[in-house]
Amino acid sequence: MTNVIPLPTRRDEAWRYADLDALARVWGEVPLAPERIVVPAGETLSRQIVLPVALSGVSITDLDVEIEAGATFALHLLATDADYGRMSIHVLLHEGAHFEMGGAILGHSDQTLEIVTSVNHAHPNATSNQVVRSVLAGRATGSFLGKVAVARHAQKTDASQSVKAMLLDRTATANAKPELEIYADDVKCAHGATVGELDKQALFYMAARGLPPQVARKLMLQAFIADAFVSLDDDAARETIETRALAALEGLA
Amino acid sequence: MLKIENLHATVGETAILKGLSLTINAGEIHAIMGPNGAGKSTLAYTLGGRPGYEVTEGSATFDGQDLLALEPYERAAAGLFLGFQYPVEIPGVSNLQFLRESLNAQRKARGEEPLSGAEFIKLAREKAALLRMDMEMLKRPVNVGFSGGEKKRNEMVQMGIIDPKLALLDETDSGLDIDALRIVGEGINAIMRKGDKAVLLITHYQRLLDLVKPDFVHVLAGGRIVRSGGPELALELEEQGYEAVA
Repeated sequence: MTNVIPLPTRRDEAWRYADLDALARVWGEVPLAPERIVVPAGETLSRQIVLPVALSGVSITDLDVEIEAGATFALHLLATDADYGRMSIHVLLHEGAHFEMGGAILGHSDQTLEIVTSVNHAHPNATSNQVVRSVLAGRATGSFLGKVAVARHAQKTDASQSVKAMLLDRTATANAKPELEIYADDVKCAHGATVGELDKQALFYMAARGLPPQVARKLMLQAFIADAFVSLDDDAARETIETRALAALEGLA
Repeated sequence: MLKIENLHATVGETAILKGLSLTINAGEIHAIMGPNGAGKSTLAYTLGGRPGYEVTEGSATFDGQDLLALEPYERAAAGLFLGFQYPVEIPGVSNLQFLRESLNAQRKARGEEPLSGAEFIKLAREKAALLRMDMEMLKRPVNVGFSGGEKKRNEMVQMGIIDPKLALLDETDSGLDIDALRIVGEGINAIMRKGDKAVLLITHYQRLLDLVKPDFVHVLAGGRIVRSGGPELALELEEQGYEAVA
């Protein structure tokens, strides 16, 4: 069966950094309906998603989340195993709801990995916090496109985004694109993005204490991506996703 | 223990060390003093193997081994400790984790068994107490949010835990208040003043040398040792300045 919907193009803002060639190979098989998650009023739901491994090399996870009044949804993501991997998350927040997201993008060789979010503060007093940490080696591309929309009456919205990328090779690429669309006047929307390399002074300091370079790099990268999972309260769940992330890091350094 | 002969080193395009020779035997404490820009820190970094510090001539042997042929982490495992003038912050990596990994990496390189968690904590507690540092600080990320003095004290806790043969201490006394200076000085004595160990203190001030009494004092100027003497040389420098003495 072929999709009737045409393949996205780079002119689509949300697909700007996508690997469209890879996508074209599987376009007929990509499910077009996102998984829908509703968090009922006052409840708390936590999900961890590791981008699944697909035979085609293309892996797309698409979520449509609605967080009802006073509810909390905590989402932790790991994007690592795919030639082209995309995690697309659309979130609608009701009054007083909270969306917590932590994501790690760990890529090497020619991988293209991206997290694309659209967080819609449609009602007052809702909060959202998104933290993304990328470690990229080889010719990998890691992107975070984060849109935050605040509706006219969604006063006291508090939304923040923190995006940091670490490039292990000069040939790797990191994209960080926050996009704020704010129609209310009493809101707090913070975003920060940095792209850097491992601190050479710290690497020498660690070597001077006897740490071989690969161990020093691993310690620093482990600390760097820990930011993405620190908000995961369930210790066992955090350990599980961190263990996967560490295994992926071993493949990078 | 350490034998430096005719050492020349450049940083970038600039020649900094220009024929430095120095021999340090086990059981000795040496102090190197000298004006700003003389090459004191360059000497420490060159011996530590910092990238960008290139040896163009001369040699340095450590216990008979060619020090300059070793990677920085191998120099540490061989027993060389470099105390930094500006200790580096490592966000997200706890002091304890950092030191345990470092110590066990060194032990592994020497063919020794790693310390267990309990053995390591006991050792860390003991050395933290010696430097009067709160164990809570050792649980925090390495040097992050530490004051200048706390960073220097942390260097000495690290030295105590690692227990090196030779310590090169680059202005460990700078940025310390009088009480902290005394604690650090006593720490150096307790950890390093032993027959099988040696220390090279790089300092500007007599105050540290009152606490850690050197056997030899050297004046480094223009990339070479221009004068050597006993502890009285430091006093002479303090009184007359480098220009008159060197």
